[in-house]
Amino acid sequence: MEYKRTPSRVLFLVLAYSFLVFVAIACLVPLWHVLMGSVSDPAELNTTRGLILWIKGKMDVNAYRAIAGYKRLWMGYRNTILYILAQCVITGVLTIMAGYVFSRKRFYYRNGFIMIITFSMLINGGMIPTYMVMRSLHLLDTPFALLLPSALSVFNILLMRTSMEGISDALEDAARIDGAGEFVIMFKIILPLCKATFAVVMLFTVVGKWNEYMPALLYLPTKSELYPLQMILRDILISGTNNISTPDAASNSVSLYQKSIEYATIIVSTLPILCIYPFVQKYFVTGVTIGAVKS
Amino acid sequence: MKDKGSQSGKAVRKPGKYIENGGLRAVPHNLLLDIRRNKVIYLCLAIIMSFFLVFNYAPMFGILMAFEKYSPAKGILGSKWVGLENFRTFFQGPFVGRLIRNTVAIGVLDLVVNFPAPIIFALILNEIRSKKFKKTVQTISYMPYFISAVVVCGLVKNFTQAGGVISEALAFLYGGKSVNLLNQTNAFWPIYILQNTWQGLGYGSIVYLAALSGVDQELYEAARCDGAGKWKQMIHITLPGILPTIILMLIMRMGAVFSVGADKLLLLYSPANYEVADVINTYVYRMGLQQYDYGLSTAVGLFNSIIGMTMLICANKICKKATGTSMF
Repeated sequence: MEYKRTPSRVLFLVLAYSFLVFVAIACLVPLWHVLMGSVSDPAELNTTRGLILWIKGKMDVNAYRAIAGYKRLWMGYRNTILYILAQCVITGVLTIMAGYVFSRKRFYYRNGFIMIITFSMLINGGMIPTYMVMRSLHLLDTPFALLLPSALSVFNILLMRTSMEGISDALEDAARIDGAGEFVIMFKIILPLCKATFAVVMLFTVVGKWNEYMPALLYLPTKSELYPLQMILRDILISGTNNISTPDAASNSVSLYQKSIEYATIIVSTLPILCIYPFVQKYFVTGVTIGAVKS
Repeated sequence: MKDKGSQSGKAVRKPGKYIENGGLRAVPHNLLLDIRRNKVIYLCLAIIMSFFLVFNYAPMFGILMAFEKYSPAKGILGSKWVGLENFRTFFQGPFVGRLIRNTVAIGVLDLVVNFPAPIIFALILNEIRSKKFKKTVQTISYMPYFISAVVVCGLVKNFTQAGGVISEALAFLYGGKSVNLLNQTNAFWPIYILQNTWQGLGYGSIVYLAALSGVDQELYEAARCDGAGKWKQMIHITLPGILPTIILMLIMRMGAVFSVGADKLLLLYSPANYEVADVINTYVYRMGLQQYDYGLSTAVGLFNSIIGMTMLICANKICKKATGTSMF
């Protein structure tokens, strides 16, 4: 695989490498700036123009102390974790069931029913009609408003179905002869054979749940104690409405620490997922690839 | 156990056969037979379909509100029918011009910039021989995708406010004082498009990289024997090789081009930049859930989703005609 090193080829490679290095740096720099800024001296942080590539002034972790004492942030954290766990159970069970049902060849009308659910991707009622349905079911201001509407996605179902279709019918028949019922076959025979796809579905679910805020904005109109983390972050980062007690509380109206606290919040809320993603990215690659081929 | 028994018993009692090609008239017979044979499957199906019925199909009934002067006390069926009144209110209202302009502009700009960007990124990455370098760049480029919309918009807000990193850099380049860029009418669109690029570039390239790795390597060998240079190989082998993937992705994007998502815009806009940042979906949110004008909000949402569906179908047709690849 050796190429002739023509001048134009060398020029191309130099440009390509510099472009890719630029992309990589552009991806990393904003968060690095935020990380360094969050532990910098707040006075320096407020006056620095431009990127902070290393800690400015004396290291100061008071911003982290301040948010450690901010109960709403941790409440949001706890809620999000609970939502993720619940969503994984609900989505997991339902998606396995759906994948199993739609991959059985003996199920005569499976293609008809698949069409019905796929059609729902094309058209939907829209924001207000969906809100009205939630309201008439008395789901507003309950945790279920965040869990049930997103329980099943057509994409996940098709992903699961494709994977289950690849499993030989002989296994199912053998298990049936041994006296296994449908649910035993579903969870004990078929599921273990498509663990990888199931992992993909679970990861899409976890990351999606961690990052979403719109459902809470729409369906939790009054119960702010049910807010997931992202809604709390929205208050801190976007609306600027929070009452975090800063280290220099009573001194003046606008705290010296406001920017540090925003930065520290970003770090605290983003770090967990950034620590995990390099290890699970290969599942995302699988998921996206199968999804594209399938649809 | 019980299931198995009933199945074998039934097989003796009634050998039942599905009526193939029986048209609609055969449906009741086939369906009953299907249910009898696959009881548990239909039980699961009932659970699954009820989710879709409640959360996807029931809201469609609410579309009726678009044609009503909806009042909560009377409900959807009891409210006064006003025909196209809500649509008329919207199209004669003061905001229709800017809403449509912003939606089209943001949607089209996003498509023009952020659709080709991951393809170009993937093509360049594909030319790199060093596995380690390639892997590292890939992993880093996926990172922004995992950051939530709220945090991304928080970063954007922070960097583009007066004194923020990007504002300062621009002020340094072009002179003048650093200002809050989000409120500059000519800066909002580029900011919005670029933050989407930042977040989606790496992740969007995954599917193209997968397609690229599927291109037959022997074709390159053959082309090299025939004296084709790198550039020629790219035009004649690589691009045709990933064209079906590109078309598929394009169709999917075309369907969504005017349904510019409200989630990030709701975080970035404020009355100060409504002139350039308010799109149909954010207007739907404001009208519906902040001003409680359900009828108008539903009508505007319906208008938007009809346009979206038309776009999807047209894009699909055009691609089918032009290249033979299509989604459905």
